[in-house]
Parts: sequence; C-alpha cells; structure tokens
Amino acid sequence: MVVISDIIVLGVQMLLVLLLAPLLTGFVRKIKARLVRRQGASVFQPYRDLLRLLRKEVVLAENTSWLFRVTPYVTFAAIWVAAALVPTFATGLLFNWTADLIAIVALLGSARFFLALAGMDVGTSFGGIGSSREVMIAALAEPAMLLVFFCIALVAGSTQLSTVANFMGSSYVGLRVSLGMAVIALIMVALAENARIPVDNPTTHLELTMVHEAMVLEYSGRHLAMIEFGAFLKLLLYISLIACVFLPWKIALFGTGPLAYAVGAGAYVVKLAAAGFFLALFETATAKMRVFRIPQFLGAALMLGLLGTLLLFVSRSF
Amino acid sequence: MSSVVLQISCVAGLLGIAVLAIILSRAKTSTTIIYCATTAVSLVALFGSIRFLVGEAPNPSGLVLPVGLPWLGAHFRLDALASFFLVVVNLGGASASLYGLGYGHHDPAPHRVLPFFPAFLAGMNLVVLADDAFSYLLCWEFMSLASWALVMAHHRESGNAKAGYVYLVMASFGTLALLLAFGLLAGPTGDYGFAAIRAARHTPYVATLVLILMLLGAGSKAGLVPLHVWLPLAHPAAPSHVSALMSGVMTKVAIYGFIRVIFDLLGQPIWPASVVVLFLGGITAVMGILYALMEKDLKRLLAYSTIENIGVIFASLGLALAFQANGQKLAAALAFTAALFHVLNHSFFKSLLFFGAGAVLTATGERDMDKLGGLIHRMPFTSFVVLVGCVAISALPPFNGFVSEWLMFQAVLQSPELPQWALKIMVPAVGALLALAAALAAACFVKAFGVTFLGRPRSTAAETAHEVDRYSLSAMIILAALCLLAGILPGLVIDALAPITIDILGGRMPIQANEPWLSIAPIAESRSSYNGLLVMIFITLSASLSVFVIHRFASHAVRRGPAWGCGFSDPTPAAQYSAGSFAQPIRRVFGTLVFRARDHVDMPAPGDVRPARFRIELHDLVWEGIYLPIVGAVGFSSDRLNRLQFLTIRRYLSLVFATLVTLLLVLAIWS
Repeated sequence: MVVISDIIVLGVQMLLVLLLAPLLTGFVRKIKARLVRRQGASVFQPYRDLLRLLRKEVVLAENTSWLFRVTPYVTFAAIWVAAALVPTFATGLLFNWTADLIAIVALLGSARFFLALAGMDVGTSFGGIGSSREVMIAALAEPAMLLVFFCIALVAGSTQLSTVANFMGSSYVGLRVSLGMAVIALIMVALAENARIPVDNPTTHLELTMVHEAMVLEYSGRHLAMIEFGAFLKLLLYISLIACVFLPWKIALFGTGPLAYAVGAGAYVVKLAAAGFFLALFETATAKMRVFRIPQFLGAALMLGLLGTLLLFVSRSF
Repeated sequence: MSSVVLQISCVAGLLGIAVLAIILSRAKTSTTIIYCATTAVSLVALFGSIRFLVGEAPNPSGLVLPVGLPWLGAHFRLDALASFFLVVVNLGGASASLYGLGYGHHDPAPHRVLPFFPAFLAGMNLVVLADDAFSYLLCWEFMSLASWALVMAHHRESGNAKAGYVYLVMASFGTLALLLAFGLLAGPTGDYGFAAIRAARHTPYVATLVLILMLLGAGSKAGLVPLHVWLPLAHPAAPSHVSALMSGVMTKVAIYGFIRVIFDLLGQPIWPASVVVLFLGGITAVMGILYALMEKDLKRLLAYSTIENIGVIFASLGLALAFQANGQKLAAALAFTAALFHVLNHSFFKSLLFFGAGAVLTATGERDMDKLGGLIHRMPFTSFVVLVGCVAISALPPFNGFVSEWLMFQAVLQSPELPQWALKIMVPAVGALLALAAALAAACFVKAFGVTFLGRPRSTAAETAHEVDRYSLSAMIILAALCLLAGILPGLVIDALAPITIDILGGRMPIQANEPWLSIAPIAESRSSYNGLLVMIFITLSASLSVFVIHRFASHAVRRGPAWGCGFSDPTPAAQYSAGSFAQPIRRVFGTLVFRARDHVDMPAPGDVRPARFRIELHDLVWEGIYLPIVGAVGFSSDRLNRLQFLTIRRYLSLVFATLVTLLLVLAIWS
C-alpha cells in the first residue's frame, strides 16, 4: 500500500510539473506585458503554441543527421527526470534519493550537451555561434553553482534535496548571511542557465544577439515543441529548486497524508506565482548585457558562493 | 599456479611475442599473428588480475627471480593495488591489440611497431608487479624506451623526431628523479626491497624530499603541469592504438608509482603534502582542458584532455592525503576510491576516443578537425561510439565519468571536517576549479565531436570517408559498453576497490551492495546518494513515453529543406563554425590570461578586393617561460664549453695541472 501511494504521489508530481511549466512561462509573459502596459497574450498561450507546433510539419535542414532528430526527446527526457526528482510540494518522494543536487544539475548538463551538438549538426554559423556561447556560459555557471551547493551542504549537512528541505524547514536554521549570499548567487546562475535577461533574451528576433535561440534555430514542428517544453520545464525546475532549498514553507513532509500534500501543492503554486512575478519584474527593469560581460556577472556569483562558504567557516569557529 | 606466477608468465609470453615479431618482421601475416597473440595473452592476464582482485580476501603473493642485482634478485609481488592497475593495463592492452588487428594493416611500416608493442605492454605489467626499487626502475626505463620506439615508429613525419627527442629528455629527467627518490627511501642501509622500505621509519625531511621527487618523476610521466610538455607531442605521434595505450594506460602506471611510494611505502602522510598535490592537481586539470580547447588537431586535443584527467586524479589523491593525514579513514577512502575509479574510467574512455581518432585518421587521412566534418553520415557506428566516449568523458550522467566526479565532489564536501585552516579554504577552491574543468571538458568535447563528426564535410577526404573495419569497431563497442556499465553499476566497482583502500589506508567505504536498488551512498543515504541505473531507466522511459505520445498525436510530416542562412547562405563548408571559432568565447574569457591570446584582424579598406585575414596569436607560457630559458641556458653554456675542444696541447696540460691542484687543495681544506 505504501509503495502504491508513493508511486501515486510521484506520478502526481511528474504530471504536475508537466502541466504547470507552460503556465508558469505564460504567466511570466503576461506579467511582463502588463508591466509595459500591453494587453499581452493569455496565460494559456504556451499550451496553444505547443499544440500548434505539434500539428505542423517538420522541416529538417538538408545536412542534419539522426542526432538532430533524437536530441529533442533526449533533452526533454533528461530535463523531465531532473524536474521530477526535485521535491516540489512534498519531500521524501519514492525516488528522491536517486539523484542529489549535483546529479540533478549534471542531468541538465546532459541535456545541454546534446542541444549544443544539435546546434553544430546543421553546418551553419548560427548553430555554431549559439552552441559555443552556450557552453561558455555553462562553463562559467557550473563552478559558481558548485560553491553554492557547497555552502548549502555545509549548513544542512547533505546534498540530498529532501534532507536539505527538511532541515531548512526546521526552526533552528535562522537567518544567516551565508545563505543570503548563496541564494543571490543561485538566482544569478539560474538566470544564466535559463537564458533569461540579462544574460540572454528569450524573445529576441535577431539571430546574432541570441544564444539559446540561435542554437535551436533550425528546429521546427514537433521537435521545436519538445525543445520549448524542455525550456519551460527547466525554468520551473530552477524555481522549484530555489524554493525547496531556501523557502521550504508548507512543503509536505514524507507520509503526512493527502491533506498536507494538498496544502503543499497550494503553497507550491503560490511560490511559483511569486517567483514568476519577481522574474518578470526584474526582466522588465533590466537590459540585456553584452555577451562578454557575462563572465563578470557569473564571476560575481562565484565570489558570492565562495564568500558565503568562507563566512560559514568563520562563523563556526567563533 | 599462484597469481603472481601467472602474471609473470604472461609477461614472459609478451616478451616472447616481441622476439617473434622481430623474427617475423617482414612476413605478410605478421600483423595478424602478433596482435592475435597479444590479445590472447592480455586477456589471460586480465582475467587473472580480476580474479585476484574480486576473489575472497586477496592475499599478497610474492616471487623472487634470480636476475637483477646479485645480492638482491628481482622481487615481484601481486597485491590488491597492483592487481587493480594490472586490470587497467591489460584491459587497455587487450582492447588496443584487438583494435590493432584491423588498424595495424594500414600501417606503412609494421616492422617498426610490432616488436615494440608487446614489449611496451610487458614493460607496463612489470612496473606494476615490481617489488624492489632496482627492478622498478629497470622496468620503468624499459617501458619508457619501448614507448619511445613506438613514438618514433613514423619518424619521417614532420614533428615526430622533435616529439621523440623531447620525450626522451623528459623521460630521462623523470627517471633521474625516481632514482633519487628511491635512493632516499633506501636510506643508509641501502635495502632496496619494498618490504624493507615500508618497514623503515622515514623522517619528515626525507618524506618531503621524496614527495617532491615523486611529483617530478611520476608527475612528468603522468603529465602534471608544468612537466606535461612532452605529452601532447609524443602521444599523438605514435600510431593510434599506441596513443590510446600511452594516454589511457601508461599515465596510470605513473599514478600507480605515485600511490605506491607516497601512500604505501612512506607510511602516514603529513598534511602539507596534500596542499601541494591538491594545488598541482587543480591547476593541471584547468590548464590541460584549456589547452585542449585551443587545439584543432584531434589527437593533440585528446592528449591535452589526458592532462586534465590526470589533474582530476591527482586532486582526488591530494584529498585522500589530507584526510589520511588527519586520520579520517572514511573520507580518505572515499577520495581514494574516487581517484581509482577515475583511473579506470579514464582508461576506458580515453582509449575509446583515441581509437575513434584512429578510425577517423584511417578513413580520411586527416587529424586536423578543420578539414573534417559530416562524418556522422559516412561513419555511423564510429560516430555513435565516439559520441558515447564524449558524453562519458564530459562527466555527464548516466555514464561512468560522472560517477567518479560525483564521488570526488562528495569527498570535497567532507572538507569542513578537516582541522587545518589552509585545507578548509583550499579544498572548496580546488572543488570549484574541478567543476570549472568538468564544464570546460563538456565544452571541449562538444567541439571535438561537433567539428569532426557533425556539420558539412570540409574536405574531399571527409566527403568520401568509409566506415572502418570490424575489429576496430568491436574494440570501440566493447569500451563504450564498459563506459555505460561502469556508469550504471558503480556499486560493483566501488566494492571491488574496497580491498585496496583497506590495504593502503586501513579504511573503506560502506559496502555498496547492501544499498537498495544498486544505488551508491558514499557516507549515508540521507547525506547523498546516486543511482545511475535508475537515472538511465527513467531517461529511457520518459524519452520513450514522449516519443510514443508525439508519434501517436502529432503530425508525421517531414520535409527536407535548405538551412536558414539569414537570407544569405554561404554554400562553402568553410563558412561553418570551425574548431578555432568554437573556442573563441572561451578564448576571450580565459585566453588573455592563460595564453596571452590576441586576435589580429586585417580588414581591407572598402573597395579593396584583397581578402580579409584573421590570425590568432597564442603563447604557451609554460613552454616559453620555463623550457625555452632552460634550453637557452644549456645552449649558451655548451657554446662556451665548446671552446675547450680547440685548445693547444700546452693549454690542455696546464688545464689538467690546474684541475689537479685545485682538487688537491679542496681535499686538503675539506679534511
């Protein structure tokens, strides 16, 4: 019985992230539109976009190989699995111990690896420019992320997300400067990883200014739908990750029954909405930076992570 | 037959094959015969060492042969550590021999490769088995010379002679350092047996000197920065299956030497030693992969990536030293297991990738990535297995490279337990360096695979390439399968490594076979755990589910059309992203500091019809800052000394007289 209910909870989580991801992106777009006094498309527009893409034919560039056709499914699967392993509304899910923080981020790395290869597969300059810039951003973001995880693991004594969420939810964490630095660093990294302003512009229409969009420029039809869906999921994943580590408010503990799960799910939706609102606000208020300013941006994240870790050492020893 | 006797007879067999190769050198079938024989012998040795390692309670067994120094004899011994490295050596040997069965037929001068190939394998086996300093050094030199002969196999190709020379100089330097290290270890009693060295107590002064000498000796063979300069020259110069052995296996034999002396023979380490090793490891990892990113020669890129992996292994060993020095057995075992696991993993995927580079070389005759491209259409099997190798070496789940990196990061996360402040601060910084190296490695192998196998062909050779023979393919497929297996069943490997950590460190990781669902948990499940098998199953399931749903409900229409070129499609394949342009963003970020990189753009004025030119200027600061001054100093002093060769007889006589008087004076003052 326990196993069955666990599997049900896991299934609910997998479906929940799938269903909420386009809504979150639609919500962010809507808020952004409202902030600049536009009407904006409906929050359900991303679902319609996905369905429309699914109905369209696929136009493959002449030179593309099997890798190009496999990549959308591989990246989508990797991101979906990663998103399913992050505790969203409840901790201690059946397979939470399959992968810890580092493994979840590495799964996203696998997805990016294949997307970057697909960008190279077409044999045009746009794919190459996108791929090469994407891997540069990833190379700078990864050390910063590791230091943030280091800081978290130092406080919570674990890299297992369920354990971390349980610990952070308990009363004896309190306010810590280090965690503040870590959360800022993680948000900066998340902005870079999700190709958001100020690192990249998800709505740009000029090929040379894009990073992520240039890489997937040749995709169309159902393949593009999978890639777009993957990007929606990734945004949701990072917000869930930040919420689960730094704000495990009302997250349901393991085996606390359906009511707690429902409360957890409600709180989760509220957290997503709040994060989406602040993301939209931030994106409207800032401009995109030049590509070669990104190292400074991510270097600042790295330094924040390192400082947070060192502060922890110092505060412990006194 | 006891295990060590079996291994020694395999070595004797390999030496016999080397003699046979000399006899058969001109025969047509010699390639097939020799590689068949080495495959068979390597497989026997491989199974012997696996049986020893995973069999119940591996008891060290020794053997003394009446050769070598008359009062010492040649001691050989097989223990858990040696048997693990024998697995690495012989697995590499067997796969390289199998690959050679196909690849060797394309060799223009097989008689320059065949005798040295088995000799090289025998040399590596002997180094691992040696149990006294004299046989160790002798076998080490034998291994170096055999590999040098293989580097010089194609000596007429440009650059190979220089590669061989630099290799020879660096190898002699390394052996000199080892010689001094063993001299110090033997102490005033002069007992060269490892058992006696292990039993003796070494003062911290001796231990520090030995550490420095081992870093110079083993480090130069393994490719630690700044002693790595020979490696990217020599490894690519050899035939590809030998490159695979040199990169995937011989560097590991050097690491074996380091572990044997520093962890086993020296006894309890002191913590400042770990600072040096950690620092060198972190720097080597980042520098190696940055060099690799700047490279456009496929085999040189792989050689530089070897340097990165050596850095990763040394950093893990440094962690193990730090924990061991503070008596934290569990964390030390974790870091040490991570290092050994990475040794095994690197031997899998680096051999695989060098085989792939060899396949590309056979099919196109090109190593320059800017003349390749589009090979995925013409070499589907090769490109698939090389893709597996690239994913594995980029430390991405669910393959094996990720597991060892993950274990290493888990060890890094243990560092708050260390009492020393220097280590507390240094370990997270090294962890960040290693994360940077891992991310740059992913970038590097996106570039290597993307430019070589994807896109449009950049030359006619690439356009007309054909798939390689089935022996080469089967060797690559076996290694790719091993990469996946070690990635999804890491618990088995970790448990197999436990006897070694018990032997060397006196501690072990928790038994992983007890974990549910074959997952691994280095300390405790609540702390961190990873399950490669489930990740693999989940990805497969969700990918199949999405494929099923899409193909059930979405449109099936597919049309081929020209790629979008923003209104101006350049038909020449040269307009694609090349190796240099792919590396440009990373060159902009790191290059000015590390390589003093400069881009020179020569743009003609409007109306001028001459072509625009773009040139990248890169400096190898290690070569220019350390080696060139040394070369200059040696040249300068030999120029000065050269005058002594053209003196008259009177001057020679007065010189001899003056020397004699000086020496006598020195003696008189001394005593």
